[in-house]
Amino acid sequence: MNSVNESAKEARARVGFDQVTVVIGMEVHVQLATQSKLFCSCSTQFGAPPNTQTCEVCTGMPGSLPVINNQALQLAIKTGLALNCEIARSTKWDRKNYFYPDLPKGYQISQFDKPICGKGYLDIADANGAFEPRRVRLERAHLEEDAGKSIHDESSRGGNSKIDLNRTGTPLLEIVTKPDMRSAAEARAFLTELKLILVYIGVSDCNMQQGSLRCDGNINLHIEFGGQTIATPIVEIKNLNSFRAAERSLTYEARRQFDLWQQCGLTIDDSPKQTRGWNDAQQVTTMQREKEESADYRYFPDPDLIAVSTSEEEIAAIEEQIDRLPAIWREHLSEVYNLKPYDADVIVSQGRGLVDYFREVADQCGDSRIASNWIGQEVLRYLNESGLEIDRYPVAPRQMAELLKRVVSNQLEQTRAKEVLNEMVASQLSVAAAIEKLGIKAVDHDELKSICQQLIDEHPEVAKQIQDGNIKAVGRLVGKARKLNPNANPGLVKDMILKFLGI
Amino acid sequence: MEISNLGASELVSHLSAGHLTAVDCIQYFLQRIEQTNQSLNAFVNISDTALQRAREIDARRASGKPVGPLAGLPIAVKDGICTSGLKTTAGSKMLEQFVPPYDATIVRRLIDADGIVIGKTNMDEFAMGSSTEHSHFGAVKNPWSLDRVPGGSSGGSAACVAADMSPVAIGSDTGGSIRQPASFCGITGLKPTYGRVSRYGLIAFASSLDQIGPMTRTAKDSALILSVIAGHDVKDSTSAKNDVPDFTRSLEKPLTGVRIGICREHFDEGLDPEVESCVREATKVLESLGAATCEIHLPHTPYAVATYYVVAPCEASSNLARYDGVRYTYRAAATDLEQMYCQTRAAGFGDEVKQRIMLGTYALSSGYYDAFYLKASRVRRMIKHDYDQAFGEVDLILGPTSPTTAFSIGEHSHNPLAMYLADIYTVSANLAGVPAISIPAGISASGLPIGLQLQARSFDEGALLQAAHQFQSVTGWHATKPPLYQGPQT
Repeated sequence: MNSVNESAKEARARVGFDQVTVVIGMEVHVQLATQSKLFCSCSTQFGAPPNTQTCEVCTGMPGSLPVINNQALQLAIKTGLALNCEIARSTKWDRKNYFYPDLPKGYQISQFDKPICGKGYLDIADANGAFEPRRVRLERAHLEEDAGKSIHDESSRGGNSKIDLNRTGTPLLEIVTKPDMRSAAEARAFLTELKLILVYIGVSDCNMQQGSLRCDGNINLHIEFGGQTIATPIVEIKNLNSFRAAERSLTYEARRQFDLWQQCGLTIDDSPKQTRGWNDAQQVTTMQREKEESADYRYFPDPDLIAVSTSEEEIAAIEEQIDRLPAIWREHLSEVYNLKPYDADVIVSQGRGLVDYFREVADQCGDSRIASNWIGQEVLRYLNESGLEIDRYPVAPRQMAELLKRVVSNQLEQTRAKEVLNEMVASQLSVAAAIEKLGIKAVDHDELKSICQQLIDEHPEVAKQIQDGNIKAVGRLVGKARKLNPNANPGLVKDMILKFLGI
Repeated sequence: MEISNLGASELVSHLSAGHLTAVDCIQYFLQRIEQTNQSLNAFVNISDTALQRAREIDARRASGKPVGPLAGLPIAVKDGICTSGLKTTAGSKMLEQFVPPYDATIVRRLIDADGIVIGKTNMDEFAMGSSTEHSHFGAVKNPWSLDRVPGGSSGGSAACVAADMSPVAIGSDTGGSIRQPASFCGITGLKPTYGRVSRYGLIAFASSLDQIGPMTRTAKDSALILSVIAGHDVKDSTSAKNDVPDFTRSLEKPLTGVRIGICREHFDEGLDPEVESCVREATKVLESLGAATCEIHLPHTPYAVATYYVVAPCEASSNLARYDGVRYTYRAAATDLEQMYCQTRAAGFGDEVKQRIMLGTYALSSGYYDAFYLKASRVRRMIKHDYDQAFGEVDLILGPTSPTTAFSIGEHSHNPLAMYLADIYTVSANLAGVPAISIPAGISASGLPIGLQLQARSFDEGALLQAAHQFQSVTGWHATKPPLYQGPQT
C-alpha cells in the first residue's frame, strides 16, 4: 500500500463516531384488517391449513380477474389521514412483474406512480427525552397484494419446497418514510408510534408474529471528514421481525458501516445499495445481495382494473371515523388530568382501551394521580403477567374507582388496598365484599391509642432511640403494630407514637 | 327436417316448437364433427356431457317446465375460454392438461340459457396469430379450400360454423381474431364493444383489447347470442354497466337515414382489388337499402398495427408470466428453480408466443417503457379520438375486414410482418374499444369468401346488427356454403 492511501486511512482512523450522522429511513408493510383479500372474497384469517383459503383469482388461474376490495381502500385512506398524508383523488393499479414460486400470477398488483396516500408525516418524541422530538416525513403509502409463503426443506436432504397460497392476495399497505431518522432509537420510536396509531384507528392488528406488520430499514452514515460530508453506501436491512430487532440491527449496522469506512473508505459512489439480513442469534447483519442484481420490475398499469376515484365527501366520511390519535390523548392526559408526560405516555402506549379505563377511574375517584399510579403499576403488572388486554381485566373501572376513593380518603391504607385489589382480581368481588372477606375494619381511636401505648411499653429501648433523635426507628414499631392489628393505619400509628413520645 | 340449412335462431324456434329434440340436434352436430373434424382440425376437444345435457333439456321441456332462450342449441367455444371440468388449453402445450375448476362468465350465461357446449375449438396458441397455424394441436384448415388458412386466432370457431359442425361458435378478438377468420370462412363474426361482454374466464392475451363475441351464420344469430352473453359482471372490473337491449328486436328497422362512412384509409395500397370491388358493391347494396354514404378519415390508421404490436405484446408478456411450471401447467424436468422456469417456458410455449413475450418484455423494460409502451398508449388515444370525430358525422364505418382472402397455409411462415398486416383493418376497433362486425359480402374468382367490416360507436352493436341483418335480407352470401361442406345430401 502506498503512503498516500496509508495516510488517508490514518486520517480516517482519527475520526470519532461522534462526528457521524446516522441516516435512517423505514419501509413498513401493514396488513389491513379486512375480512377478505384485496382482489377476491377469500378469507384473510390467519392460521388455516395450507391452501384452504384460495380461489381461482388468488391462485392466478388462467382467465381469472381481480376485483378491488373497497374496505381495503377505505382502511388505506383512513391510515393516510391519520398519518397526515395527501389522499389521492384518483388512484390506479400497476403490475410489478417478477418470477417467484409463491407469486402465482408472475406479477404483484401494486401501485407505482399514483399511490393512494401521498406525502405525510409522523411526529415522534421520547417521554424521557432520550432524543429531541422529530417530524418523520412520509414519502407515500400504497396498497398492494401480499405474496404466498414458501416453505423450504431445510434438512438439506433436497426435499421439495412447499407453497401455501392462503396469504396470497392479502391487502398490505406499504408505508415509506423519508430518510429522516437519526438514530436506531428514533427508528424504534417511529415504529412504536406508527403501530400505536394503526391499532388506535383499527386498521390493522399489527401482530408481528403473524406477519401483520413487517419492516425493513435503510441506513447509511454521513461523516464529516476532510472538510466535507461523506456518505457511506446505503444498506437495506430486510425482515426485521420485532422492534427490538430493528433497533439492534440498525445500531449494529451503523457501527459496522463506520468501521468499514475507517478500514476501506468506501463511499456511496463506490458501492451499490446492498441488502442485508439481521441474524438475531448472533446479533449481526449479514450480506444477502447487491441491489444491482435485482430485477427490472417492468411496472405498467394493470389493464384488468380501472382507476379508482375518491370524492371529498368519501374522504370526509372516513375522516369522521377517526377518533383522537395517541398524540392527542397524551396531551389530553397531561392537560386535563395533570399527568406527567411519562405517566401519560405509559397509559396511552397501552392502547385506547387503557386510556378509557384510566379516564373512567380518574373521573370517578377524583384523583387522577392516584389513578395513574395504580393503573400504571398494579393494573399493568397484572396485564403483562397474564398477557390479557384491558377489556379482560377482572376489575371494572367503577370498582377500581371505589377502591381508590377509599385510598384517597385515607379509609384504606395503600398496602391494605393492594391486598383488597388482589382479592378483587382473584375472586371477582366488589370492593366492599373484598374488604369484608379480608376482615378489614377501621380501628377506632381508643384501640389505636392502646396499641401505641402497648408498643412503647413493650419496647422501651426503641422508644429511647426515638427520643434520642433517631426518628426513623419508629418504623420498627409501626411494623409491629401491623402484627397486633393488621388494620392499624401505619401513618396514624407513627404519628401517635411520636406524639406519645413527645416528639 | 334438414338441420344443416338452419341457423341458430331457426334451430331455437324449431326446438321450442317441438319440431326437433335437443338430442336429435346435438346428435346431428356431433356426427358432423365426427365426419369432418379429421380434415379440418377445428375442434380440439368434444364435450362428453353434451348429449346428457340435451336429454335433460328435452325432459324438462316435455314435463312443461321452463327452459332457457337457447334451450338445446349447440355452441362451440374457443379453447381459450374456461369451461368447468372440460379441458381448456388455449392451443398451448403449456395448458395441455388444464381442466378449469370454473366456467367463464359467458359460458355460465350460455348454460343458464340452456345452450349446450358441444366442444372446444382450435386456435392460435394464446390467441396469438391470424391463421390458426400456431396451435400446439396442429393447424386448422379452411373449409373453402383445405390448403388455405381459416384466419385466426379464432380459426377453429370460424371453420366449424362454416363447415356446419356447430350453428354457433364463441370466439375472442384482440386485434381481429373474430372478424378476420369470419371473413376468411364466409360467416358473420361480431366483436362487441370493449366491456360489453365479461372477460372473466377468457384466458388473457392482451387484457385491454380482448373481447369475446359470437361467430354465426347470420347477424340475426349473432344478435340472439349477444343478448345472452352481454352485460355487467361483478367479476370483471372492466365490464360495462350499460343496459343490454334485446338485440334481436331492432334488426328489422330500415336503414333509411343511417349514415355510413367509407373509411378512406381502408382502401389504400395493399388491398386486393377483388376485395375492394366486392366491398364497393356491398356499399351500393347498403345505399339501395336507404343508407347514406360518404367518405371519412381515420387519419391515424397507418399507426394502428405498430401501436397494436407494442400494446398487445406488453400486456401478453405479463399475462403469460403465470405459466411458470409451478401450478397447473406443463412442467419441464429440472434440477433447480431457474432451470425449471427456463425449460418449462422454452418447451411449453410455441415460437410465436415466445416472440411476443420477448417483444413485450423488451418494450416494458426500464429505459424503453417511455419510447414504446407509453408512446403506443398515446397513439392509441389519438386513434380513439379519430373514431370520436368520425362518429360525430356518421353512424357506421365501412371497409374491408381483411386486405386479402384466405392465404395459403405456410405462406407467411417466414414473414411475420406480412402476417401482422392481415390485421391492418381490424386492430383499430380493438385499440379504440368500438364494436365491429364482419359479414360475408362476396366470393372471389378462386372461390374464397370476402368479408365486409362495419364499425359503430361504443355500445351501438344494435346499429351493426341492424345494418348487417338488412344487408343479409337482400343478399345470399351468408347462406352460401363451402362446396366441400354443404352438409349431408338428402
